Amino acid sequence: MARSQVVYQVMWNRLISIVEEQAQALVRTAFSTSVREAGDLSAGVYNAAGQMLAQAVTGTPGHVNAMADAVAHFIRRIGPDNLAEGDVYITNDPWEGTGHLHDITVCTPSFHKGRHVGFFACTAHIVDIGGRGFGADGNSVYEEGLYIPALKLIDKGRLDATLIALIRANVREPDQVVGDVYALTTCNEIGHRRLIETMVEFDLDDLDGISDFILTNSHHATVARIAALPQGAAEGAMTIDGYDTPIDLKVKVSFHGDHVLCDWAGTSGLDKKGINVPLVYTKAYACYALKCAIAPEIPNNAASLAPFRITAPVNSIVNALHPAPVALRHVIGHMVPDTIYDALDKILPRTVPAEGAGCLCNFQVSLRPRSDQAAPCDAVRSEVLTFNSGGSGARPTLDGMSATAFPSGVMTMPVEATEHAGPVIIWRKELRPDSGGAGQYRGGLGQFMEVGAREGHEFDFSAMFDRLHHPARGRRGGMDGAPTTLAQDDGRAMKGKGKQFVPHGRKVVMAFPGGAGYGALADRDTALIRRDLALGYITPAAARTIYGLTEAEIAQVTAQARLGETD
Amino acid sequence: MAQAARLGVDIGGTFTDVVLDVAGQRHSTKVLTTYAAPEDAIVQGLHRVCEKAGIAASDLTQIIHGTTLATNALIERRGAKTALITTQGFRDVIEMRSESRFEQYDLNLSLPDPLLPRNRRYTVAERIGARGDVLIALDRAEVEALTDTLREAGYQSIAVGLLHSYANPAHERLIRSVLEKHLPGVMISLSCEVSPQMREYERFTTTVANAYIKPLMTSYLDRLAERLAAQGATCPIFLMHSGGGIISLQSAAEFPVRLVESGPAGGAVFAAGIAARHGLDKVLSFDMGGTTAKICLIRGHKPKTARVFEVARSYRFKKGSGMPISIPVIDMVEIGAGGGSLARVDGMNQIRVGPQSAGSEPGPACYGRGGVLPAVTDADLILGKLDPDNFAGGTIPLDTAAAAHALDQALGQPLSMPTVEAAWGLAEVVDENMANAARVHAVENGEDLSTYTMIAFGGAAPLHAGRLCEKLGVARCLIPQGAGVGSAIGFLRAPFSFESNRTQFMPLAQFDPAAVRALFAEMQVEATRFVRTCAPTAPIHAEFKVYMRYKGQGWEIPVPLTPAQALDADPAVFLQRFEQDYTTLFGRPVAGMAVEITLWSVNAATLAAPVEDLAPVAAQPLPVPLGQRPLFDAALGTARSAAIYDRASLPLGTQIQGPALITEEETTTVLPLSRQARILGDGCIDITVQGV
Repeated sequence: MARSQVVYQVMWNRLISIVEEQAQALVRTAFSTSVREAGDLSAGVYNAAGQMLAQAVTGTPGHVNAMADAVAHFIRRIGPDNLAEGDVYITNDPWEGTGHLHDITVCTPSFHKGRHVGFFACTAHIVDIGGRGFGADGNSVYEEGLYIPALKLIDKGRLDATLIALIRANVREPDQVVGDVYALTTCNEIGHRRLIETMVEFDLDDLDGISDFILTNSHHATVARIAALPQGAAEGAMTIDGYDTPIDLKVKVSFHGDHVLCDWAGTSGLDKKGINVPLVYTKAYACYALKCAIAPEIPNNAASLAPFRITAPVNSIVNALHPAPVALRHVIGHMVPDTIYDALDKILPRTVPAEGAGCLCNFQVSLRPRSDQAAPCDAVRSEVLTFNSGGSGARPTLDGMSATAFPSGVMTMPVEATEHAGPVIIWRKELRPDSGGAGQYRGGLGQFMEVGAREGHEFDFSAMFDRLHHPARGRRGGMDGAPTTLAQDDGRAMKGKGKQFVPHGRKVVMAFPGGAGYGALADRDTALIRRDLALGYITPAAARTIYGLTEAEIAQVTAQARLGETD
Repeated sequence: MAQAARLGVDIGGTFTDVVLDVAGQRHSTKVLTTYAAPEDAIVQGLHRVCEKAGIAASDLTQIIHGTTLATNALIERRGAKTALITTQGFRDVIEMRSESRFEQYDLNLSLPDPLLPRNRRYTVAERIGARGDVLIALDRAEVEALTDTLREAGYQSIAVGLLHSYANPAHERLIRSVLEKHLPGVMISLSCEVSPQMREYERFTTTVANAYIKPLMTSYLDRLAERLAAQGATCPIFLMHSGGGIISLQSAAEFPVRLVESGPAGGAVFAAGIAARHGLDKVLSFDMGGTTAKICLIRGHKPKTARVFEVARSYRFKKGSGMPISIPVIDMVEIGAGGGSLARVDGMNQIRVGPQSAGSEPGPACYGRGGVLPAVTDADLILGKLDPDNFAGGTIPLDTAAAAHALDQALGQPLSMPTVEAAWGLAEVVDENMANAARVHAVENGEDLSTYTMIAFGGAAPLHAGRLCEKLGVARCLIPQGAGVGSAIGFLRAPFSFESNRTQFMPLAQFDPAAVRALFAEMQVEATRFVRTCAPTAPIHAEFKVYMRYKGQGWEIPVPLTPAQALDADPAVFLQRFEQDYTTLFGRPVAGMAVEITLWSVNAATLAAPVEDLAPVAAQPLPVPLGQRPLFDAALGTARSAAIYDRASLPLGTQIQGPALITEEETTTVLPLSRQARILGDGCIDITVQGV
């Protein structure tokens, strides 16, 4: 018994290292910048029953927790008696995968000594899936692109060429998309190879023992954490922009000894446009928010996620059923943690941050040769997606993080890599002073961006922004963060969501939101205010009007700053 | 003619190792590192070894030096007042990093501050496009106006990093010419020279790091040269660089960021030399000291190289929490696993080890200097791997009761485990951490470790190498002589080398053989000319490599080419070599995709030091052991009685069966039951699987 405990400890670590390798292989072989530069992917290993045993810590909680359920769907769709060695399955079902058609999930059953022992699954965000293109404008999921139900991509080693041809014919960037499908397959293959080597080394015929060990320990650890906290209940709410009409998010969080319940009753109903959220994705971000606050270091698996129970009324915006449009489910999904923290702050004071930018500040540009006059012969069509972050909310004892994603964990694409992906030019990408909400601790800064096309091109700009009208709210006396703004460089107004035409020669000028402040500004250390001024995180004007520095102080700090010095 | 007398000097965190080689005869010493003036320790060590060898400092013909000073200056932020000049609109690239969090579940995460605060970062209106075309021309007058501000602020060093400068360096060079004219004496680093590669965050960070440590390192290298000259050592001084080669003092002063991790690089070269001597094609170098373990793959007697290294990780050695330095480096994984690494139990009743280390003060609990937390060394002691009365040649008596107490408190009680089992668990976890790091590293490189031989060195490695081999399925392991000063010995074995790199996209469909030949030839001349300045007469050979990918991928794989393949420039051969290597790494090629070349590389190098012949030795009868003690066998899960031998007195050819312990002053080689050992002609302990 004691011996097996040490062996199992080693094996658990090994499984985690296997899924990290699996994810690494995906990054190295992927084609789209969202996967290879930004890490919008996930990878996991499962037992034969489809329960997740370990996951790679990659860019996105939205994938990983949702993937915990994905394999069970595959088993049901493909049929438990229809699993064969050499098979690979694929789907982009928003309700049985990770929430929208742009995420392709690939699942590979693992066989050892002729017996089925487990699964590997991985997900990646691809650059295009046809339909209207990545954006909020769909009126139903049918408009949002090619829908791949759970199918055998590879049947006992034979690749389904028909399926590949069908995918190729339906997407705008066929090489990138099919290349990514190959990369997903490779990623599971690498994981599988390593699992089998490990089973040989430890002389295991199945994963039953290690599976029990991982799930039992994770369950006990998670439940112990929950039980140790005050068993209260509280409500949280947040209003955000939505597409045309504001959305109310409402949640009740309650502690019940061995589990935590999040119920979304009272939340707005479905939106007409593609910002609705399948419950699987709401669950992912709700679990993530709770885990960060309650049990951060317990690895994700079926048992560590189970004590977080998430319910929502059918066809509320956080539990959209087929065929609701869901392409931009992340915009609202990324707001789920701040809503939960509004409630959690009442149960666990001084634990959670103030509100932040929330959703990523993403946009996709669809470039094409200019149509207003003859385009140069080297002008091309191209899809370019970028991920960007506003500021995160201030914490109980720390400022927020500037231009840093939360709750998402994806990376931004290097500007130089983006400009190699298509004829796009990023003219500006830098911090936005004064955008962090003031307080004892200041919110993280948002950022400025400007984007245009190379000579000879025009483009459609698909906006995926929120917080234009509902900036991040301060906590415990902290002030709000700055809202999102965007317009064309000639002053023409633009909407926060939806595809909008940008003519030849014009740029889109954006300011992404800051995080909110925490605690009363009167309690902020003056040295931090002076530092912020010296570094240009706040302007002299804000230093005077908001932070209350005197003219003499401002003159002294800025004079020092000009010499490259701070106090 | 005077005989060659070469001095290798490695400045480490605790010790400065000095090795003198006079006509193949080696003398070594360890001196405590003198942080305030590191050259003091070198001079002290130099005199010691010269005295041992009976030569004068003026008899030295060459000094080769590696140091952690560059790394430490970055970690401790002790660099000069430095400014960055960058493209307008991109002032915050080095601060915004990748915009992600390297630890996803920590709500109170702190991101490391950028090396240069925001008010030391300046912008100019200019823009180069992705194809190297000028979108906005740089106005010289704007740069001239900026120099007044820079002068007033009193910067000692200036980094210049503009977008897409790897594709067109004209604007960066214009800025340099203006700065040189208006700010004489200020040091300048251009991103197109320090690290001419795509991805602005990595390139700018590398350039800023170079600029930041340049005044400090230049001053140190100047002082060192003067001090050595004053001792009579007027011979040329060379520096070990991160890529495992040697560069001139002048070049090191120009690109000091290339000295990062030069000590561990020397260790890898040391292992590569042992590999060559023993004719081993595939070697896993395992270097374990007090705080970290370094693992490196060596193929064909050459350490694997990479193009990015992360220095100064601020958060438990976590990937992404440091600064990426984008230069040619020996591709190593370094993890927080050493003799001083501390253990604890986490929320899931899992034992965790490191990266926190007890260091030398207070040290592991068994040192009896006030340490109360159990370290790897405490577990090693309890498991019988160490002799409490003979640690470090008997200079540090080990307290077994203190080790047991620390293990009981931190691990045994929370997990209801007896002391020995807690020690076993601790050792297993640290060994598994190292094994995992090695496995991930191998997979990233498409290698299968079961076909590798391990070479283990550094104070703690011989204690753990046997178990690591069991875990990795590695059948053979060598423990070389001189393992304690392995890096400094490595410096003396390192060839002079220079790697010339060019970023230039070329789809195979538009492959231009004439242009490829011209490019390779130009790079070969450039690299060779540089090496020639260090080694005027030695033969120099060139290695060719391209980085290739399917069009649309963001990460290339290195494809080595023979000189004939490179210079024949046949696209069919390039494609065939790419598909071959891609398949090895990732299982299958991608059908029907275009392939492109992104980066071109020529490495010119002198030949490595000649391999000494290994005389075969006759098998010897087993000597009488010094004694016996119980040694816990991790694979078996129980203790067995192990014979103890003194390494120095074992005749060549001696064969020993595990379980056994072979002791020497700096370390002990642990032979598990599954292994046997033989002393080879060069004194290496050759560990193999028992009964094979």
